[in-house]
Amino acid sequence: MSMEFDVDYEYQDRCMYMAESHPSDEMLRDDRIPHIWCTGCGCGEIISTYIEAVKELDINPDKVAIVSGIGCIGRAAGYLKFDSFHTTHGRAIPFATGLKVARPELDVSVISGDGDLFAIGGNHIIHAARRNMDILVICSNNYTYGMTGGQFSPATPIDSFTTTTPYGNCERPFNLCDLLASAGAAYVARWTSIHVRRLQKSIKEALTKKGFRFIEVLTPCPTGFGRRNKMGTAIDTSKFYQDHGKIDHGADTRDVRLEDPLSDFSIGTFVDLDKETYLEAKERIFSREVKK
Amino acid sequence: MTAVITGTHFLTGNDAAAEGAISAGCRFFAGYPITPSTEIAERVSRRFPQIGGSYIQMEDEIASMCAILGASWAGVKSMTATSGPGYSLMLENIGLGVMMETPTVVVNVQRGSPSTGIPTSVGQSDVMQARWGSHGDYEVIAISPNCPQECYDFLIKAFNFSEQYRVPVTVLMDECVSHMSEKVVIPKEEEIKLFNRKKPKDKPEKHLPFKPDKDMIPPMAAAGEGYKIHVTGLTHDYKGYPVMSAECHEPLVRRLCDKIRNNVKKITLIEEYKTDDADVLVIAFGAVSRSAMTAVKIARERGEKVGLLRLITIWPFPDHVIQAYAQKVKGFVVAEINYGQVLYEVQRCARTDNVVAHVPLTGGRLHSPEEILDGIKEAGK
Ligand SMILES: Cc1ncc(C[n+]2csc(CCOP(=O)(O)OP(=O)(O)O)c2C)c(N)n1
Ligand code: SF4
Repeated sequence: MSMEFDVDYEYQDRCMYMAESHPSDEMLRDDRIPHIWCTGCGCGEIISTYIEAVKELDINPDKVAIVSGIGCIGRAAGYLKFDSFHTTHGRAIPFATGLKVARPELDVSVISGDGDLFAIGGNHIIHAARRNMDILVICSNNYTYGMTGGQFSPATPIDSFTTTTPYGNCERPFNLCDLLASAGAAYVARWTSIHVRRLQKSIKEALTKKGFRFIEVLTPCPTGFGRRNKMGTAIDTSKFYQDHGKIDHGADTRDVRLEDPLSDFSIGTFVDLDKETYLEAKERIFSREVKK
Repeated sequence: MTAVITGTHFLTGNDAAAEGAISAGCRFFAGYPITPSTEIAERVSRRFPQIGGSYIQMEDEIASMCAILGASWAGVKSMTATSGPGYSLMLENIGLGVMMETPTVVVNVQRGSPSTGIPTSVGQSDVMQARWGSHGDYEVIAISPNCPQECYDFLIKAFNFSEQYRVPVTVLMDECVSHMSEKVVIPKEEEIKLFNRKKPKDKPEKHLPFKPDKDMIPPMAAAGEGYKIHVTGLTHDYKGYPVMSAECHEPLVRRLCDKIRNNVKKITLIEEYKTDDADVLVIAFGAVSRSAMTAVKIARERGEKVGLLRLITIWPFPDHVIQAYAQKVKGFVVAEINYGQVLYEVQRCARTDNVVAHVPLTGGRLHSPEEILDGIKEAGK
C-alpha cells in the first residue's frame, strides 16, 4: 500500500462534522433544492465529497457522467450537475457499462445504495468487478432500504430490527468489500459519511485510477434504521462512526466484515491494485487481432 | 474491413440481421446468448471489432438491455438480440427506454414458448408481449421480416424508426426466418438511407432535454457533449427533473403514446397480394406469411377470391388497414404460430358480420398451406 496519511484528518473531520451550510455550487443542480433527504441523512456527504474530488482533480465536468439506481441515495444523480442518469432499481451498473464502453472518454461513476447494488443489482456488480470494468461505484450503506421505509437489505446485520424483521433479522449480511475484492475489483475502500476528508481523498484517488473501483460509505439512516436499532439520532450514529471506525489500510477484506452495527469496524483502503482493466484488455486484444 | 459489405451474399436471417444493423450504423451490442438468436451475437462479435464497434456479453438480458440504453445515451446506435425468455427479462428496461425516449433496437427471434419451450423451433407468441410486456401505458414499434433480405433491410428500418421516434424498436423475427439461408443483396453505402436522431441546437444553459418539438419528439443530446442532462425513469418535466404530479404525468404519458399513435399511417408497412377483389383475406406475418402465400396461390388457382395481407409492422397495429378491408371482404383468416394474439387485434378492427377464422399453431413447426386453406374455407362460408 503506497498511501501516506500525514495530515490531521481526525481534526478536519471533526470540523466538517460541525459543517456550515453547503456553498452553492456549479456542480450541484441548485434548482432542485430542497432535496428529498431527511435531516441527518448521510447521502449529502457523498455528493459533496464527490463534487470536491472532481473539483480538486480539475476534471472537466462535461466529461463526468453519474448513474444511479433507485433508492434515497439513488436520487444523487438528480442533484449532481453532470450528465446524470437515474435508471431502474439495481440496474445502474449495466447502464453505466454501456455508457463507458460506448464513450470511454467519460468518467463514469455509479452512486447507489446497498439494496440497489447488492440485492436486486447483485449479479451486475460482481460481474462488473470481475470484468474490471472502468467505472467507480460509490455505495451508500445505511444497512437498510431507506426509500421504501426501512426494510432489511443484504447489508443489514443479523439480529437487526427493520420493518420486515420486526423480531430481528435472521439473515447474515454480505461483506461488501470482500465480495468485490474477491470478484476482482481494482480498488476497494470503506469510509463513513463522517470521514469526509478521507472519503474525499479516497474518491480522488479512485477517480485517478482505472478499472473497477468501489467505495463503501457507511451512512446514517436515522429514519429507517437508526431509531429501530439503538443507534440514536444521526448525530449519535456519526459520533459512533467517528469513534469506532478504525483505520486499517490494506486490511485483509475477509477481516472487515460488519457483524454488529454497534462495535468497532475497519475503515480505509483495503485493495489498491494495478491490473489490466476491461478497456485496456479490449484495446490490447483488438489491436493485435483485428486491424488487418 | 468496410462496414457495409456491398454485394450479393448467401446469408441466414441472423447473419443478415447483423449486417443490417452494421449498415444502419449500429456500433454497440450487448447481449446474452440464447437460441435461436445467438448467431447474431456471434457475427457481431466478429464484425464489430473490425469496424470500431463494441460487443459486450453481459451477465443476463436485464443487463444487456440496460447497457444498450447507456450506449445510446453515449450517442452510439445500439442493439441486442434475444429470444422469448431473454425478452421477458428485457421488458423492465424496455419500459425505461420508453420513458427515457431512448433509440435502440431489440431483435427477438421467437421460438416455441411459454417458458423455455422449444428453443430450437419456430414460434410467434411474443406479439402481445412486445406490445404490453412492460408495465404502464406506452407505445412501441415492432417490425417482422419474412426472409433474410428483409432481416437486413428491416434492421435498417428498425434503427431509422428508433432514431426518428426515440423509442426502443423490436424486430419480431422467428426461428424459421432467422435460420433460413437466402440471397441477400447489400447495397452501396451511399444508397442506404439512414435517419439519425435530432441533436439539440440550443446552448447547454438553455437546453431543455425533454421539451418536444412540434413533431412531439425532443432533440437528444448525448453524455459528454456539455449539456449536463438529467434523465430519469420517473415522471419528469421538460428539464428532465422528476415531478410527482398528475399534471406533469398526464401530458408526458400522452405524448409518449401519441408520438407513435399519431403517426401510425406513416409507420405502417404492409404487403398486399391479390387483395383488390378478395372476398377472403388471409392475414399473416413472418415465416407464416410464406405458407400463407402458397395457400392463397392455390386458392386463386381454384378460382377463389382470396388475398394475402402481410403485416410488416405489427405495432403500432394498422387498425386503419384492417378497418378498410373489413368494409370490402366477407371474412378474414388469421394464421399465426401462437394460440391467438394478432387474432384479437383483427377481431377488434373487423365488422361484426365479418367471419374471423383463426389458424393457430402453438409452436414447433410452420403451417402447411392446407391448414391455411381450411381456414380460408371457414372464412368464406
Ligand atoms: C423493481 C423494483 N423493485 C422494488 C422497488 C422498490 N424500491 C425502491 S428503492 C428500494 C430500496 C432502496 O434501498 P437502497 O438501495 O439501500 O437505497 P436507500 O434508499 O437505502 O438509499 C426498493 C426496494 C423498485 N423501485 N423497483
Ligand atoms: S430514509 Fe434514511 S436514507 Fe432515506 S433520506 Fe431518510 S435518512 Fe436518508
